[in-house]
Amino acid sequence: MVNLQKKALEIRKDVLEMIFHAKTGHTGSDLSCTDILVTLYYDVMNIDANQPDDPNRDRYIQSKGHAAEVYWAVLADKGFLEKEELKTFSAYGSRLIGHPNNKVAGVEMNTGSLGHGLPIATGMALAAKKNQKHYRTFTLLGDGELAEGSVWEGAMAAAHYQLDQLTAIIDRNGLQISGASEDVMRVEPLADKWRAFGWHVLEVDGNDISALSEALHQQPVTGKPTCIIAHTVKGKGISLAENQAGWHHRVPNQVEFDQAIAELEAQLEVLDHE
Amino acid sequence: MNKIANRQIMCETLLEQAKKNNDLLVLTSDSRGSASLLPFAEQLPTQLIETGIAEQNIVGMAAGLAHSGKRPFVASPACFLSMRSIEQIKVDVAYSNTNVKLIGISGGVSYGALGMSHHSLQDIAVTRAIPNLEVIIPADRFETKAVFNYLAESDKPAYVRLGRNPVEDCYSEELTSFEVGKAVTMQDGRDLTLIATGETVRVALDAALALEQQGLSVRVLNIHTIKPLDQQAIIKAAQETKLVMTLEEHSIYSGLGAAVAEVISAIPQSAPVKILGIADEPAITGKTKEIFEHYGLSVENIKQIVTDYFRKNG
Ligand SMILES: [Mg+2]
Repeated sequence: MVNLQKKALEIRKDVLEMIFHAKTGHTGSDLSCTDILVTLYYDVMNIDANQPDDPNRDRYIQSKGHAAEVYWAVLADKGFLEKEELKTFSAYGSRLIGHPNNKVAGVEMNTGSLGHGLPIATGMALAAKKNQKHYRTFTLLGDGELAEGSVWEGAMAAAHYQLDQLTAIIDRNGLQISGASEDVMRVEPLADKWRAFGWHVLEVDGNDISALSEALHQQPVTGKPTCIIAHTVKGKGISLAENQAGWHHRVPNQVEFDQAIAELEAQLEVLDHE
Repeated sequence: MNKIANRQIMCETLLEQAKKNNDLLVLTSDSRGSASLLPFAEQLPTQLIETGIAEQNIVGMAAGLAHSGKRPFVASPACFLSMRSIEQIKVDVAYSNTNVKLIGISGGVSYGALGMSHHSLQDIAVTRAIPNLEVIIPADRFETKAVFNYLAESDKPAYVRLGRNPVEDCYSEELTSFEVGKAVTMQDGRDLTLIATGETVRVALDAALALEQQGLSVRVLNIHTIKPLDQQAIIKAAQETKLVMTLEEHSIYSGLGAAVAEVISAIPQSAPVKILGIADEPAITGKTKEIFEHYGLSVENIKQIVTDYFRKNG
């Protein structure tokens, strides 16, 4: 897992560079879910950049589309696009816009409007069942996103159709653009809500790759979709942004950027000595 | 008097197609009865997916199914499908380019007495502004069959509006083909053109007959495809005839009339466009025919306007 922890730190550096260069991006949201994407893409999912349309590939729908920079960085590192292209992020005419876009191989569906991912993933998981395919479908939601009614329409349908190959991961960082999620719109008791909707629920430290890996590798409960509530820290990895709602989409200035990169490199050095 | 509603023809055609292709799915939002899909549900239960009354989810799920190689048809009341699901239509279907067919049933003022909540008089306006979405409204049962045969083969996202009640035939026999985006000249004429879509095509044909008895030569264009729009047919009508009148079961704003006017406004020395449709108000209660007549979508009113126009303008 040390390698994956290092990978997550490298991805965080890529994310910061993209955002600092483009002067736009969702810094806090990206860093919150970096470990989740790294675990999915490097440890859990069956995907291959050489066969992005393989009918048996696992599916990933990033419902919290605004964390696009981390998605682009991971896809580039996995070979779905040239790393060089990351420099075009948000530039005039670039494919790499501020939300996932299926002009880029590896991106299944365009997202950005919240509350869309779970219904789509439910359709994909239902198609797998009907086609007798065994791929898994994953979707990543933010916790602020849970106020969208369509999330719960999808949750109901996934349980109704007993889609046990479907996993919804909640990036539960407790914050959203205007402050604490519990103040903006209370979502607790969150695990009980998903259980009441007929889901199997796991809770993990969402910035602990080992814990995420264990949860994501668990055999599903037959007939139930799985919800993983991943308790995360928004802005994870750089001290000035951690747990700060204000960093939801703040761009670091030069001093902040240098400090952030230095912190990430210090963490990498620690891991090198393990 | 035709007794077969277009939705029944939809069910028959989809059944036939779905028996040949088990990837063809129909999704309903507790709407299988109102969509006349009970025979489909009985005969092909594994190809009918019920989502409950959840119009956002039905379109999102359909997009996910289409992405995985299925050919989903979502049949849900047009009033809800074109409003409540419109963002899923925009993002999950049109923008992501998933092969979902959105079938707005009981469209327009089909639910005449149920009020504005159940009327879909803004659906053309909103759907035609979305890129990568075909917008189709068949005129009668023959065209409905041809449209659904086309949809079963097409790989493009589409929104289709169907009315609830049987409508009089506009064609005299089965159609052998359907060409999307190509207006049908139901009859040719030199003096004026009536441009209609869906249930107003029959009104246009009846009005044309009445006007011909007064010595006018009337062209009738059936715009079954609002998008992509047959601009050539519209331009020709505006150049070759002296008056263009549009008829639609839709708000007078941003529908067929607006689409026609957008095209004609760029053509010098073209005929003026008179737009007939439902006024900008919650539509009056009644049956389709009563509502049409109330808002001037009637042979009498068309005759009046045309007669006045030619008296004043030669
Ligand atoms: Mg959050």
